[in-house]
Amino acid sequence: MRASLLALALLAWSAAAQDPALEKRVAGLAQELRCLVCQNQTLADSSAPLAVDLRNQIREQLKGGASERDVLDFMVARYGDFVLYRPPFKASTLALWIGPFLLLALGALLLVRRLLRRRAPVPQLSEAERARAAKLLE
Amino acid sequence: MRMAWVAAVFAALVVLLGVGLTLNPREVPSPLIGKPAPAFELPLLHAPGKTFSQREMLGKAWVLNVWASWCAPCLVEHPVVSALAKSGLAPVVGLNYKDARDDALPWLKRNGDPYQFSVFDATGRIGIDYGVYGVPETYVIDRRGTIRYKHIGPLTPEVLRDKVQPLLKELSRES
Repeated sequence: MRASLLALALLAWSAAAQDPALEKRVAGLAQELRCLVCQNQTLADSSAPLAVDLRNQIREQLKGGASERDVLDFMVARYGDFVLYRPPFKASTLALWIGPFLLLALGALLLVRRLLRRRAPVPQLSEAERARAAKLLE
Repeated sequence: MRMAWVAAVFAALVVLLGVGLTLNPREVPSPLIGKPAPAFELPLLHAPGKTFSQREMLGKAWVLNVWASWCAPCLVEHPVVSALAKSGLAPVVGLNYKDARDDALPWLKRNGDPYQFSVFDATGRIGIDYGVYGVPETYVIDRRGTIRYKHIGPLTPEVLRDKVQPLLKELSRES
């Protein structure tokens, strides 16, 4: 068991050593994709068996001449938009993309309204009050 | 007036979060529903010399159940899968996923083999094509070879009763 793990690690290391440019592209894509097993990790971070398989899949496809876009499309076709850490902009994700800005605008609106209301008009003195004040200040 | 606003916002939040609690974040809607079942040709678990392809099932509705001997929830759903197979509504084919024959065959012997047969996907490559990420998974495929339903995680008697069986009955009426 330990020997086979070591062999695997060596294999992975030698693969990385063989083609650093390819490994960089694999790592780049793995950072963009969600591991479906532990859903808050990227494929790059996860050590779940499925993540390992999918990383190998990415490597194989890139080696076969696929573009980054092709690999992402391959993943989305199987696992849906959910695998993308950068969700696409479309009707079903509108709230996701626009929502924060709407909330920000709403907050700004409320703040401005409140600030305007606080600047209450300075009370004007009547003639009689003015006269009384002048008398007191004498 | 002001209190009414605060109460309305609070109520809206409660409803939003309440609905959120009833959803299962682990359940990812499959993009494969309504799409043709991905093609494969895999050796049979029991007979490595023979292969099976999803094409052979064209013309009838069937169920593909992804399982593995290392998968504890598969054991949990096993009686439900057995009940489905016994009901005779549709053939149930097993996809033995990332398993070893030496583990899978004794598992079936121990727990009973409800499958017409199982195909053997040792590397999990076909699993990737089917978007498998949480074994067990169950697919209902219609006579045209289109995936009509996917269940992630162990089949429960409720899912069988409310989703799988009605769909299979509907599919058997379709022609």
